[in-house]
This record gives sequence, structure tokens and C-alpha cells, in this order.
Amino acid sequence: MGKITIPEEELMSSGHVGCHGCGAVLAMRYVLKGLGKKTIMSIPACCWAVMPGVWPHRALEIPLLNTAFETTGASISGIRAALDALGKEDITVVGFAGDGGTADIGIQALSGMVERSTNAIYIMYDNEAYMNTGIQRSSATPRGAWTTTTPVGTQGTWKKNPKKNLMDIMVAHKIPYAATASIAYPEDLIRKLTKAKEIQGPKFIHIYAPCPTGWRLAPELGVDIARLAVATKAFFVYEVENGVYKINLQPKDKPLSEYIKLQGRFRHLSEEQINELQKAVDWEWERLQKLEKFTQALYKRS
Amino acid sequence: MGERIMVTGNYSAAYGSKLSRAQVVAAYPITPQTTVVEKIAEFVSEGYMDTKYIKVESEHSAMAACIAASNTGARAFTATSAHGLALMHELLMWACGARTPIVMANVNRAMGPPWSVWADHQDSVAQRDTGWIQFYAESNQEVLDMIIQCYKVAEDPDVMLPAMVNEDAFFLSHTYEAVELPDQELVDEFLPPFEPKEKLDIDDPKGFGSLVMPEQYYEFRYKIAQAMDNARHKIRKVDKEFKEKFGRGYGGLVEFYKCDDAEVALIVAGTAASTAKEVVDYERAQGRKVGLARIRAFRPFPYEEMRILAKRIPIIGVIDRSITFGFGGAMFAEVKSAIYNSEHSPAIKDYFTGIGGRDITPAVVTIIIDDLYNVAENGLDKEIVYVDVIGGDL
Amino acid sequence: MTEYEKLDDFPLTPITTTPSSANKTGGWRTLRPIIDEKKCIKCYMCWKFCPDVAIDIVEGKPVINYDYCKGCGICAHECPVNCIEMEKEAI
Repeated sequence: MGKITIPEEELMSSGHVGCHGCGAVLAMRYVLKGLGKKTIMSIPACCWAVMPGVWPHRALEIPLLNTAFETTGASISGIRAALDALGKEDITVVGFAGDGGTADIGIQALSGMVERSTNAIYIMYDNEAYMNTGIQRSSATPRGAWTTTTPVGTQGTWKKNPKKNLMDIMVAHKIPYAATASIAYPEDLIRKLTKAKEIQGPKFIHIYAPCPTGWRLAPELGVDIARLAVATKAFFVYEVENGVYKINLQPKDKPLSEYIKLQGRFRHLSEEQINELQKAVDWEWERLQKLEKFTQALYKRS
Repeated sequence: MGERIMVTGNYSAAYGSKLSRAQVVAAYPITPQTTVVEKIAEFVSEGYMDTKYIKVESEHSAMAACIAASNTGARAFTATSAHGLALMHELLMWACGARTPIVMANVNRAMGPPWSVWADHQDSVAQRDTGWIQFYAESNQEVLDMIIQCYKVAEDPDVMLPAMVNEDAFFLSHTYEAVELPDQELVDEFLPPFEPKEKLDIDDPKGFGSLVMPEQYYEFRYKIAQAMDNARHKIRKVDKEFKEKFGRGYGGLVEFYKCDDAEVALIVAGTAASTAKEVVDYERAQGRKVGLARIRAFRPFPYEEMRILAKRIPIIGVIDRSITFGFGGAMFAEVKSAIYNSEHSPAIKDYFTGIGGRDITPAVVTIIIDDLYNVAENGLDKEIVYVDVIGGDL
Repeated sequence: MTEYEKLDDFPLTPITTTPSSANKTGGWRTLRPIIDEKKCIKCYMCWKFCPDVAIDIVEGKPVINYDYCKGCGICAHECPVNCIEMEKEAI
């Protein structure tokens, strides 16, 4: 008989209109388990704005404020200020936004919220494109991916720019706590949320949330692809506390091609192009390991 | 009688928010609003104002934060001007749809390019359709008083709409006038704490602002239309209550000045009304019966007052301190539209002047009055004219 | 969904109060997961990874709630002992 390794209480109900195998749904389910009922959440325009279904349906057991696309950082700043003004400092405030609403149109508000040391958690669930509006590219779309605005065609116009590194940007703000997490590792994800809840100041969590629809992936692989992403260095799971890096999960030395070949959005890539991507992730992995070593030594010294 | 101080319009706005006990202020500096937020920062630093002041990174975020704060149950305030107001446009629409009774001081400043920091009404007039209640102040006292009155109107359960108080750049924002500070206790009696019926509450978790199908969307917007109509009599009622409490009233949506027996009338909003009133007095001394109607509330539009004016006065000149390109200024179009279906048809003429802070001097007002008498004698020829501009009409 | 006939029935803003569970998404299925109880080792991986919260634990056993299961197949794929079969949904 197995042990249940994550909190049992469900604060997200069935009946939401998420796609088959949606990673963003799992992200929300685990986030709520980590944060508990004493939480107020703000969600901008994104998949999760429509996930609960049309009015009057709600999928969450916590109060939810829908806000305009680019305003998550400002919205949670407003909720936090109001709660503090009303003497309710102990309620957790969290923003839950997609990669589009965070890395692109929402980056100003995020930067402002973090820079002001707002006591709130900002969660970016990353399905690597503007999925809600129909799979258009975002700055979080990885290099090599097809999207509707970076189609392949005869000119080969798939996305060539590298994925924007939000974690680096957050660390540059001297954020007290930033972490990446993956829906394939809910225990780690929930631990990070529970930890973030207890820290005063701004916190940023980057959750890798696969999108079978947008990635042209078989829905049953929705969790396994997340595991493979970590195993092949496509996504790193680590945390940064006051500038000190700590890698939580080690990749398994599997070739990136194993990850790439399962997803239709990469179907057009040649072996040579995949090798280029392999080199890039190898480089990133080396950089992350060095960052961990360097910042930990710095911490010991100070 | 409260304490009398010498303050600018901007400081009056800051005092207004302080006396109204705004719990959250989220604002971004922009000339010529900057001294509003600086004063609020000073109040907070000295412990005079118990507010959470979020120094947001843009006006767009300012309004987003105010909406979120209001939805959480806190009284929210902000201030901006021109480009800041324009940047907030999306969220102005949102604040109305979310029925958050936020009050904002807007310093009327011209829109660029060309860059201009001086007074005109283009910024607020362009936000006409956002569903905000809009007031135009003539004095610093009115700025302060209207902020308090606006909270009372906005937070009324039959209204629940955001409201803005407009003050002319530099003419009010940076000019010192004697202002009476109402007593805090009296303000507290007049304006009780903000207790919205619906708010984000962990003991009663609900979602705010979800997706609505065409089968229901129109009803929500219709309710807003009704609320804006309700605001009319709430504004009059609150003004009366304010007068009883503080000894000062402003006459509701429109201030009529010597209109009872007028032969011609001017319609104007903002500080130009002060100058115009002086000219009206002078003209009357010369034997010309001129009247003036100062539009205080632009939204909801005082169509009833306009019809009363139309009943008595056959020649009306509307001063537009903003240019709505296409056909006629905003004030002109609204006045004409309000009067058209009534049984009276005065001649109505549009005068564009004072754009970009160009002073509306007594000479300019006199030119307009002379022109109105010309219309009275010779009929309405050109209904839209540009005054005091090179190549213009008058 | 409640019927709104009078304007006053509408709240001020679209505040959501009805749980999404009023929407039975079981109709989305083309494949249906069947758990072989004999092979099941009760590790609860299926429960843990279900995006639709469509697996309940009843007396220690995972039970699929076919009212909501969309048939995504994650449970079958994640099961370490392959005791969940995805069968074609009956028409």
C-alpha cells in the first residue's frame, strides 16, 4: 500500500475546461495544496482565466480576482496593500500567470512588484507560448519550436531566439526567493510553495507546465514529458535563496533528442539542428552548476 | 469652521484623500500631478495619513493596483494627468466594469505630441466612454470638497462607479488659494468607512471578473448604465448634505450664474469659468444680460439642466477646451444632443479655445460674447469656430 | 446554471459562486481508463497526476470518477505496474 506524499485536500474542483492532459491544471492543483485556504489569488488573461468555465462557474476554493493581461504584478501589489491596511497581513497573496503575461506583456508589473519588495508570491506557469489565444510564440518559447506566429513554412521561420531566462531576471532584482518547479515532481513543487509562504517579501516560482495541445504531444505524456525535460536538461529544477543557488534535481544524462522527438512542435528540426540545441543545454547546465558552486562559496565566505 | 490654509490644487487633492481616509494609494508621478503624490508621501512619512502608498512603476499598474485593493475591501485613491490617464485607459474601463468606487484626481493637461504640460481638457474628455463619473473643478476648495463628495457618491450601493475630479494644470494644480480644511470628525460623520457588499474574502471564496457569454454580458453593462443615471440624483443629494454639514454647496451637476434673465449664455467647464464670470459681471454692468452655466459633472451628463437652460435662453455658446477632431467638440456635442429632442431649439455654437494651456483671457471671453450677440442679430452661420489661434475664425 | 430573469437577479459584477463541478466533463472522453483492481498496488500515482481530479481514493483503492474523466491517459501512462487500460469509449 502506497503512501500519499502530497496533501490530500483538493482546493481545485473537477469540471474545469482544461484540455486533455493539461499541465497548467496540475500546476494549479499542486500550488493550492501547497498554499492552503488562507490565500487570495489574482489571475490575468491566460488559460486559467477561462479554465473554470463561463460565469457563474468557479474551479477554486479560494477567492480569485481576475485582472487585465499585463497587470498581475500590480494586482497582487494592490491586494497585499489592502489586506495590510485592513490588518490581514497573514493572508497569502499569490499571482498565477502564464509565460506570456509574465515574461512579455506582464514583465513591467512583475519587475515593479519585486523591486518594491511586495510580500506576495508570483507564479509563472510556463507552457512556452501564448496558449490561450491559440499557440502564438512568447519569449518563453524555446529555440526551435513551431508556433502559429513562428511557423515552419518554406522559409523556416520557427523560433530562433533563445528562451528568456526569468530566473536570472528575478535574481538580478535581489529577490529573497526564486525557484523553478515541475509538475512531474509535485512533492518538490509543494515544498517550495510552503517555503515561499513563510518568507517575507517577493517570491517567484517558475513552474514548467506542458501543453499537449500546443506542443503537439500525446496527452498521456503530459507528466512524463516534464520528467524527460529534467532528465535531458531541457528544464532545470533549482532554487535561489538570497542569491545562493541550489540545484534540486540532477539531469539523467539522456540526450535532448529523446525529449524533442516526442513533440510535434519540433518535428521540422534536423539532426544537426538538434545537436545545436544539445550543445546549448549542455552549456546552460554547466553554467548552472558553476553558479551553484560560486554562489555557495560566496555565501560561506560572507 | 475648519482650519484655513493656503494650498495649491494638488495639495488640496492630497488633503482630500487624507480626509477621506484613503486606505491604499497607488500612483505614478507625472507633471503637473507630481505634488499630489509628493504630499501624500509626506503625510505618510509624518504619520498624518494611515495609508499604504504603493509607488507603482506606471499609471497602468497604478489603476490595476487600485482596482485590486478596492476589490479586497479597501478605499483606494490615485492621481494622474494627460499621458498617465491615457495609459490607464484599459484599466479605467476595467474599474467601471468591476464596479470599484475608486476616486482619482486628474490634472487636466494637453496631450502630446507636441509635448505640453499646460492645461486643456483633451485627456479627460477622451475618457468619456469609460464609465467614470467626471467632475471639473473651478477652485482648490472645490477640488478638496469634491474628492470627499465623490467617495460618498461612488460608494453608494446604487452607484458603485469610479469617479474622477479634474483640475486645470497649473491654474489650479500649482496655484495657491485659501482653502478651508474640513474637520476630520465631521468628514468621518459624512463619509463612513468603505464597506462593500462583495469583496475578496477567504471565508467566502468567490471569483471576480470571470468570462460571460453574450446571453448575460449586456445585462451587466445595462446595470452600469442605470448606475450612472442613479448618480445624477445622488450627486445632487450629496451636494446638499455636504452643504448642511460643512456650509458649502456647489449646486449639483451644473452651476448656474446669472442665467435667469439672460439673453445669451456661455457653457464652460474648469477655471475658465472664473474668468468668464468676471466678464459676465462686466457685461451686465454695460447692459448686456449674459449668463453662464458651469458644467461641474460631465458624466453623468446634466441633460436636464441643459434643457432648463434651453427653455430660457435662445443663444448658447459652448467653450470646448479640447478638440475632438471630426465635427465639434465634446461639450458642444453633448449639449446639442441633450437639447435636440426637447421642445426648445436655441442656437448653439461651439468655441474652441484655451488649447494647450493658452490662457482664456477676459478679452477672449468678450470676443465670444460679442459673437453670441452677433448670432442673436444675424443668425447662426458657422456653428463651430476656432478662437484665438493663428488662422482661426475669431 | 441558474436562470436570471430579472435584472435585479444579476449581481453587480460577474461573481462566480457555482463550483465548476456542475459541469460534467466525462462527455469529452473517447478513451476510458479501466483499473485492474487485482494488479493495482495502491501507490496512488494515478490519483496524484490526474489533471481533472477524477480519481478518488475510496477505502484505500483508487476509483475513477467517470463523470469528469476526460480520458487523457496520464493515469494509464504513469501507472508503474501497467494496471490501467485505456479502452474505446462506448458510443
